[in-house]
Amino acid sequence: MSTASAYERARSEGRAALVGYLPAGYPDHDGAVDALKVMVDAGCDVIEIGLPYTDPVMDGPVIQAAAQAALEGGTRTTDVLRTVEAVAATGVPTLVMTYWNPVERYGVEKFAASLADAGGAGLITPDLTPDFAPEWIAAADEHDLDKVFLVSPSSTDERITMTTAECRGFVYATAVMGVTGARTTTSGLAGPLVERTKRLTAQPALPVGVGLGVSNGAQAADVAQFADGVIVGSAFVRTLLDHRDDRAAGLAALRTLTEDLARGVRGG
Amino acid sequence: MSLDTDTSQQTAGRWDADAHGWFGGEGAWGGRFMPEALVAALDELTAAWTEAMADKAFTDEFAAALRDYAGLPSPLYHATRLSERVGCRVLLKREDLAHTGAHKIRNVLGQALLTKRMGKKRVIAETGAGQHGVASATAAAYFGLDCTVYMGAVDTRRQALNVARMKLLGSQVVPVETGSATLKDAINEALRDWVANVDHTAYLFGTAAGPHPFPSMVRDFARGIGDEARAQCLAQYGGLPDAVAACVGGGSNAIGMFAAFLEDTDVALYGFEAGGDGVDTPRHAAPIHAGDSGVLHGARTYLMQDEDGQTIESHSISAGLDYPGVGPQHAWLAASGRGTYRPVTDTEAMDALSLLARTEGIIPAIESAHAVAGALRVAEELAAEKGPEATILVNLSGRGDKDMGTVMEYFGLGDDETTTAKGHEK
Repeated sequence: MSTASAYERARSEGRAALVGYLPAGYPDHDGAVDALKVMVDAGCDVIEIGLPYTDPVMDGPVIQAAAQAALEGGTRTTDVLRTVEAVAATGVPTLVMTYWNPVERYGVEKFAASLADAGGAGLITPDLTPDFAPEWIAAADEHDLDKVFLVSPSSTDERITMTTAECRGFVYATAVMGVTGARTTTSGLAGPLVERTKRLTAQPALPVGVGLGVSNGAQAADVAQFADGVIVGSAFVRTLLDHRDDRAAGLAALRTLTEDLARGVRGG
Repeated sequence: MSLDTDTSQQTAGRWDADAHGWFGGEGAWGGRFMPEALVAALDELTAAWTEAMADKAFTDEFAAALRDYAGLPSPLYHATRLSERVGCRVLLKREDLAHTGAHKIRNVLGQALLTKRMGKKRVIAETGAGQHGVASATAAAYFGLDCTVYMGAVDTRRQALNVARMKLLGSQVVPVETGSATLKDAINEALRDWVANVDHTAYLFGTAAGPHPFPSMVRDFARGIGDEARAQCLAQYGGLPDAVAACVGGGSNAIGMFAAFLEDTDVALYGFEAGGDGVDTPRHAAPIHAGDSGVLHGARTYLMQDEDGQTIESHSISAGLDYPGVGPQHAWLAASGRGTYRPVTDTEAMDALSLLARTEGIIPAIESAHAVAGALRVAEELAAEKGPEATILVNLSGRGDKDMGTVMEYFGLGDDETTTAKGHEK
């Protein structure tokens, strides 16, 4: 299933899509695959797999800790692609979220080809904006991959129009000014950003996914009222970090959290 | 790579960045690989900087601060005993005499003045050994700005004296425990702060690297080094040097020096990277010499990376050169052949430090000692080729007070039995 059709299915059910993130390689290769499969099984509509990177400037302490552990555990770019292959085999659209340099190093065209071969849906690029992405845009178009760029509360109207014009799959609205991380209250910036994005885009059907530190079903329900997708990352990662000594308990907690969030995107 | 033969009226156009921050043509070097959340702030900064540089009130105030507060222009000094030793004329641009002990005061005064002009009240900075942090704290005190400095936890332990200086100057110092807990991680953490506080905070970036406009803006605030030195050369010696030398970490002192000579095609430009234990070992900080192109901290440049594009930790005895990337204009100068970049090992730098202390009574920063070491080799080549009238201009970017702990340990100067540095005994 494509990312767009996963969003479309959620829309047809009168709800938001649940988009779940974990980095590859944490706690190890198999542990990450098991965790992602639990998230798929318990209700995630779209999966984002993080490519662990040494200099993750947009990530808060939780995701940094897991990514660093994954790197120290020897996770390579090819391992991330193997993770994609295992998760995409479930049929759920599976994207890679990555800082730019590892893709550039692998070779942009070659990465696009390998990702497509692995069944991956596309890339989310937190430090690559469309105006600096001609090579990636060409490669993604060639291999029919999703191009998910970000918009932010600080984006000008012109940039929201420019960015959404280049997106495929969905547009990622970072609805807080700050790094990734679970927050206790949802941001007041999210609603207006989604409204602006919907108003300014030349692609009215492009779904808007919102990431702002959602960590429970009640927050997911709040965000689901105005967003097409609720993106959750740090809360999943924290669940794994909190259960690092007991994987079975970690997977059980991950299932409980996913189910809670899945109820949330259905309105609670 | 072929040189761009564009016909623009700007004579420096070939070496300068375009409106998107690309050096050497679109997609080549530099650019802006940054989160969308920071793009508006970078655009705002670009506009404010461009406008300020065209405003005489701003440039006058900047010039006055450099003159009355920082003690600039720095002298150009003919190092006669060193010259005798190598057989041609060695000129030292004495940035070590500037307030806070290095060229870095130029950049921070420029950026802090711009911050004030933009109406922001808070600045953040990253620092490795603490020199840019101390300079930032100094500029913040001078302009009455709130200042937070991010510093790797490894470095806060190694450089306790500079941490104390920053605190004394009224700044907050935040140890960064993530990643390798050194300079690159301090930059990451400062960027994270900036994303969260961008509406009221300016990021005083410490070198001519990072996303557009920092490589160009930092260069322009530092280019007084080269402009002064070029004029001093003409006035004092009636001509331009045959070669100009500087050390290169991120590359602000070097680009500040080189900028004035880019169009002087008879003047050779030499940048000296930190060779650490040697570029044939994994322990160095010489990305131009031994790295590959990639993207780090917002710019496409040469960097030290593994097969997967993960950043490799750099190593140098000099904390100020201990950075796995380099400013993108240097990458362009290297790729185009306009600049020559060579590595200088820890040992060579420390020998040069000792030599300069004994022959000239100047204790340079270990960073600057890399420039001296590399320049002495070039000077010997020049002397052989052109004779004693050949001239090399070396940017002595900073003084060595901050490095005395390292120097004492390296030369065993704290040992009871040792009375002389062992660096270059005859």
